[in-house]
Amino acid sequence: MVKVTYVAHDGTRTELDGDPGDSVMSLAIAQGIDGIVGECGGSMMCATCHCYVDEDWAETAGPRMDGEEDMLESAACEVTERSRLSCQIKLTEALDGLVVHLPEEQV
Amino acid sequence: MSSGHVVIVGAGQGGLQAAMSLRQEGHEGPITLVGGEPGLPYQRPPLSKAYLKTGEAEKLALRPESFFETKAITLRPGTWVDAIDRAAQQLRIGSETLDYDTLILATGTRNLRPPIPGVERALDLRTLEDARTLRAALDQPRRIAVIGGGFIGLEFAAVAAGLGHHVSIAEAAPRLMARAVSPAMSERFRALHEGLGTELHLGNGVTEVTERGLLLADSVEVHADLVLLAAGVRPNVELAQQAGLEVDNGVVVDAMLRTADPQIFALGDCAAFPEAVSGRRVRLESVQAATDHARSIAKTIVKGDVAPYAAVPWFWSDQHDFKLQIAGLAAPSDESVALDDGAVLRFRGDRLTAVETINNAKIHMKARRLLGGDAVPARDTLLQRNYDLTAA
Ligand SMILES: Cc1cc2nc3c(=O)[nH]c(=O)nc-3n(C[C@H](O)[C@H](O)[C@H](O)COP(=O)(O)OP(=O)(O)OC[C@H]3O[C@@H](n4cnc5c(N)ncnc54)[C@H](O)[C@@H]3O)c2cc1C
Ligand code: FES
Repeated sequence: MVKVTYVAHDGTRTELDGDPGDSVMSLAIAQGIDGIVGECGGSMMCATCHCYVDEDWAETAGPRMDGEEDMLESAACEVTERSRLSCQIKLTEALDGLVVHLPEEQV
Repeated sequence: MSSGHVVIVGAGQGGLQAAMSLRQEGHEGPITLVGGEPGLPYQRPPLSKAYLKTGEAEKLALRPESFFETKAITLRPGTWVDAIDRAAQQLRIGSETLDYDTLILATGTRNLRPPIPGVERALDLRTLEDARTLRAALDQPRRIAVIGGGFIGLEFAAVAAGLGHHVSIAEAAPRLMARAVSPAMSERFRALHEGLGTELHLGNGVTEVTERGLLLADSVEVHADLVLLAAGVRPNVELAQQAGLEVDNGVVVDAMLRTADPQIFALGDCAAFPEAVSGRRVRLESVQAATDHARSIAKTIVKGDVAPYAAVPWFWSDQHDFKLQIAGLAAPSDESVALDDGAVLRFRGDRLTAVETINNAKIHMKARRLLGGDAVPARDTLLQRNYDLTAA
């Protein structure tokens, strides 16, 4: 079990239990988190799964994947150095406790 | 603010998105999503990709059951709509009627079954049900024949070859994905699939499906114990047609995605709409069209006729380690300029219509932004920059 906390734009925190191998996006969708759309199902085509990895977790979450940077450029909200496509963050035991912040909009 | 009852026929990718976007835009009235398939709305793209390998059907749901309650969306799965009574603003569902104020047709497509003798032996790949059947058949080594060298047939072929099955593809056109990509791209995918050990029969239509496999136009016999029919689809237009709405390779809609009946819209795979730039009537089969149409219609219902639909089309297809990405929309007759980095630019006269790339997210995204911008550079301007889109 890997715990992930999603912090919505208005500050609401939701803690979910995921399985290793799930992505931060797919877990959010499966549990009905509003702030992530995930239109392309994790194919790195839509940038509607944008999230900001909490500072404390930036290193553990690792660097962006190949192509992620280019897709992020079309995200609806500001892209910062903590911006990731949540479909590209795969849950591992090391990420237990992960905190991600969600942007105001995805489209 | 809109408060009427919006009924959506078809609970696929576009139908669900329409329901979600209506709530997002602030629609206050009831929303009913009626779908012919059982279960929760799900994604189709993985059916010819990850699902065939993993079999994880629960991962396909677009939203969980709880979502529909939270958003006050009435989901009626396994419910087939039989007819529209436009005068009464009513749907007929068996012996029941359902009133609507606004209706969205999101009925998608169904597999085209050409009149080839023996075609009933061939399997389809359109629904989760189809994918389950197909996946179950892959549990033992097979000789597989695929009818049709389009995206779905090729994605399936790549997965099946990767799993160690022997695969043949018969395509009537002289090249792969001929309606959608340039000859240069077709060629690279031909090499990819041949490299995977797949036997390609191009320019060779199927004349019969037999118990031993396929019979081709040139009398060659392709041995197979499993046949997949992936020769294109047909839009589900019957509801619209019977209600007297215009149909032309899809339910005909205007730039607001509305039919001639102001209360009825159509979206996604079943809708024939005017392409923003050229006005050409097109019908797209893509996640992008389904979801962008849905968002546009929701906005129109809630806010009125603010802006005509103008989103840039995009599409992807995963085949083995090639991710094909297409930005824009080319007609088969559009010219092609193949660049050294592998990207192919498509032009109609002076105008850039589409950009095809393989495993090149940078150029793909650049192209999407360029094509969506106000001033798409003309061909000459691009030529002066050596067709380097990143310089534009
Ligand atoms: C195997 C496969 C792979 C794909 N891969 C990709 C890809 O990689 N990239 C991409 O962009 N696109 C892909 N697509 C296309 C994409 O899935 C479709 O474009 C998208 O699903 C269209 O959404 P839609 O809402 O228009 O139709 P659908 O999702 O097809 O939904 C239509 C629904 O309406 C229902 N319906 C029809 N008539 C009635 C009626 N009278 N009453 C009640 N219900 C009715 C149908 O049962 C169906 O469930 C793929 C499709 C398939 C089949
Ligand atoms: S879900 Fe589309 S890019 Fe992440």
